[in-house]
Amino acid sequence: MKTETKAVDIDRDKGDFAYPEVHVRDAGRGLSEKTIHYISDVKEDPDWVREFRFRGLKTFLEKPLPTHWASKDLEAIDFDKIRYYLAPGTGAKRSWEEVPDDIKRTFERLGIPEQERKFLAGVEAQFDSEAVYSNIKKAVGEQGVIFVGSTEGLKNHPEIFRKWFGKVIPIGDNKFSALNSAVFSGGSFIYVPPGVKVKHPLQAYFRINAESFGQFERTLIIADEGSEVTYMEGCTAPKFETVALHSAVVELVALKGAKLQYITVQNWSSNVFNLVTKRGLAHEDAEIKWIDCNIGSRLTMKYPGVVLKGRKSRGEVLSIALANNGQHQDTGAKMIHAADETTSNIISKSISIGTGRATYRGLVHVPKHLKHCKNNTECDALLINATSRTDTYPAITVRGTGNSVQHEASVSQVSAEQIFYMQQRGLTEAQAMSLSVNGFVNDLVRQFPMEYSVELKRLIELEMEGSVG
Amino acid sequence: MSAIAHDETVNSKGILSGLLELRDLPDWFREQQHAAWEKFESVPRPTRKDQPWRFSNVDLLDLAPFKLSGTVSDQARAAILEQSNGLDEVAARLVFAGDQLLERDVVSEQLSKRGVIFQPLERAMVEHADLFRKYFMSTEVSLGSAKFAALHQALVSTGTFLFVPRGVEIDQPIEIFHWLAGENATVFPHLLAKVTVIEHFRSLDRNQRGFACGVNDLLAGPGAKVTYVCAQNWGDKVVALQMNTTAVDHDASAMSLNLNLGSRYSRFESLSRLVGEGARSDLLAVAVATNEQEFDARTLQDHISPHTASDLLYKNALDDRARCTFGGLIRVEPHAHFTDAYQKVRNLLLSDDSEANSMPGLEILADNVRCTHGATSGQINEEELFYLHSRGIPTKTAQRLIVTGFLNEVIRRLDQPAIADYLNQLIDRKFAHSR
Repeated sequence: MKTETKAVDIDRDKGDFAYPEVHVRDAGRGLSEKTIHYISDVKEDPDWVREFRFRGLKTFLEKPLPTHWASKDLEAIDFDKIRYYLAPGTGAKRSWEEVPDDIKRTFERLGIPEQERKFLAGVEAQFDSEAVYSNIKKAVGEQGVIFVGSTEGLKNHPEIFRKWFGKVIPIGDNKFSALNSAVFSGGSFIYVPPGVKVKHPLQAYFRINAESFGQFERTLIIADEGSEVTYMEGCTAPKFETVALHSAVVELVALKGAKLQYITVQNWSSNVFNLVTKRGLAHEDAEIKWIDCNIGSRLTMKYPGVVLKGRKSRGEVLSIALANNGQHQDTGAKMIHAADETTSNIISKSISIGTGRATYRGLVHVPKHLKHCKNNTECDALLINATSRTDTYPAITVRGTGNSVQHEASVSQVSAEQIFYMQQRGLTEAQAMSLSVNGFVNDLVRQFPMEYSVELKRLIELEMEGSVG
Repeated sequence: MSAIAHDETVNSKGILSGLLELRDLPDWFREQQHAAWEKFESVPRPTRKDQPWRFSNVDLLDLAPFKLSGTVSDQARAAILEQSNGLDEVAARLVFAGDQLLERDVVSEQLSKRGVIFQPLERAMVEHADLFRKYFMSTEVSLGSAKFAALHQALVSTGTFLFVPRGVEIDQPIEIFHWLAGENATVFPHLLAKVTVIEHFRSLDRNQRGFACGVNDLLAGPGAKVTYVCAQNWGDKVVALQMNTTAVDHDASAMSLNLNLGSRYSRFESLSRLVGEGARSDLLAVAVATNEQEFDARTLQDHISPHTASDLLYKNALDDRARCTFGGLIRVEPHAHFTDAYQKVRNLLLSDDSEANSMPGLEILADNVRCTHGATSGQINEEELFYLHSRGIPTKTAQRLIVTGFLNEVIRRLDQPAIADYLNQLIDRKFAHSR
């Protein structure tokens, strides 16, 4: 299907794009009961899901924007102008020539194949990943793993997913989780049976590519007793997006002794509001690990959390944020200790470049009568330019004896001595700077899967360009 | 002042019933008080959802039962004067009870030097109106208690005004006592100063309820050195709010230490503004919280000029069902390069029901800075306890030794042995009572 487009506005600062073609399955702009009915009809939701959506809508409309603590920039979102649902295959089309040069240049530098570039730029709605996805699905399916979309998961496997759906993150958790509950579509529902260890990471990339990216993704991963799984979403390449608001909800459940790892690399274009709620529930002896990397978007608000519900469960958040001109990366972590001998670890590194602002917001809660709980939090921030900004806002509650919690944060800049040393060895100032920044995040990047860490390093080099001198 | 002091109807007036019109204060000040009262009434009561009041038990801030302090009886007066004993050597001593100056005792000749002004607030606002108007509550209370700062301004009737001119040094500290006397009594202590001061907050009857709402404006002019020590030891049923603002000019240094021992609920807001290059501010606090006590500390280290330094160290020891909240922020304003800021909070939890909330924050809007903060919560190290046991020291004593050692690190930073001894005595006395 090829559509002629003329004079498409692709100014990246504008969230509201106009497309001449008519979407067959389009819920229109704005949010009302009609929108919800429309989405539910198209998706052929069971009744309880439809009710769930309506409760989400009600809560969303009731809750105020959290601007009493969060960025006032949220007020710039015009909820009436947003398209809440676009059916698969009806995504926007535009020609390669219309893709902005800086995006093309980034693809070039990252060494992304031609075909993939076109998909990422939104030129082609589908990238040839159907085959990859079905291969993965077949491979893990043999082990009994269910790996489907949210609609299919709720419709075909309610006995597995209904029990936990909306339980880790209730509708009313926050305004944006409520919004997601009302209009969610896309995302992955995964169930890993007891004892199954999924060897290769499950990549959302391939699955989601097959049905175009979801704006209000809903992901639920259940790792049954003793199982192990790693899930990866996003990719290092900039995703040229036309929609101004992304609000996903990700729920993880690790049953007794399970290990769950969730890796995100977010690189939305700089017109996107990325407001995501992510939380995991760790049962006895289970381990949940979030690896979270935020490079793109205009404003990201994302605080992956772990509720440590079972004895000896472990939670970990590793986070890298890069805020360049005009960006605000408001990220962090939440650790709710709810059982004895639970441990949690948070390591956050942020880099602010130009007028970029990186914020760490954390919550560590150790309630009454728990014994031998441990938390360690480290936040390091690096400021590159005089106009860069960084904030740290942790909140730590500890009750009773027998627990130990420590938090440490530091803010610094690239050491002049290091730069001098490297320059003296023949590197330019910019090269030295980018090497130094890469060194700052290196110990975290090393924990990423190979292909991600290589691309991440290149990406940081790219973002550093033009920030010195 | 004395004319109204005997009026019984005035004495029993609730603090929420409005301004007292009978006071003999300058018109411009009365106008400010009226404006402040309007502000107090228009600003809503804080709730826990307000970020500056997160974790705070705001229900305790019901002011309805509290009454403006009346005249202090002769008997109470004698008891207060007898018990107003703090440091051995002081430059001067002021004793206030229920917003009434009971005694003013100037010992050091340094205070009578040319240019030194050491007066009750109400006299200073007449005789030194210009200075007074320039500095009195000149910084907006931005850490959450704007409503209560307005209440303070509306109802303040006395306090201390101290001005030390350039080049004059006062070796001994100046000691100020504020006493609460009578059931549901209130005080609104105010201090406007430029030197070394120790304030004592006490209740005559430790079992009576009361409300205190104080404001301090401390200014360290260019090159000056100001030390402020507060020994908060209100009775166990007192609700107290204290809002301190310190402004440090170029090459000046300010050091403050708040010792929190008394009260049911005590909130201490400390705003330290580093306005001139080369300014340095040290913020210290020590708390021993027992029973149901709740201490709420909110701080802001505001670096406005480049080449400034601040260092915060707060330590809390918590027992029984006590709660401590710390909400602190280091803010480096744009262009305040070469800032060196540090912030550390340490909580020592001694019981299963105690609770410590820490919110150390950073807002950095300039580069070329060094800012670090840390927060820890833990309990007594078993090994240390074992070591002391093995030396024949019983558990209770060992615990007490470890806790005092833990807190003493902060007090030592004052580098004022006489004051340190006195503060340690107060801490020991509290332990002796509670255990």
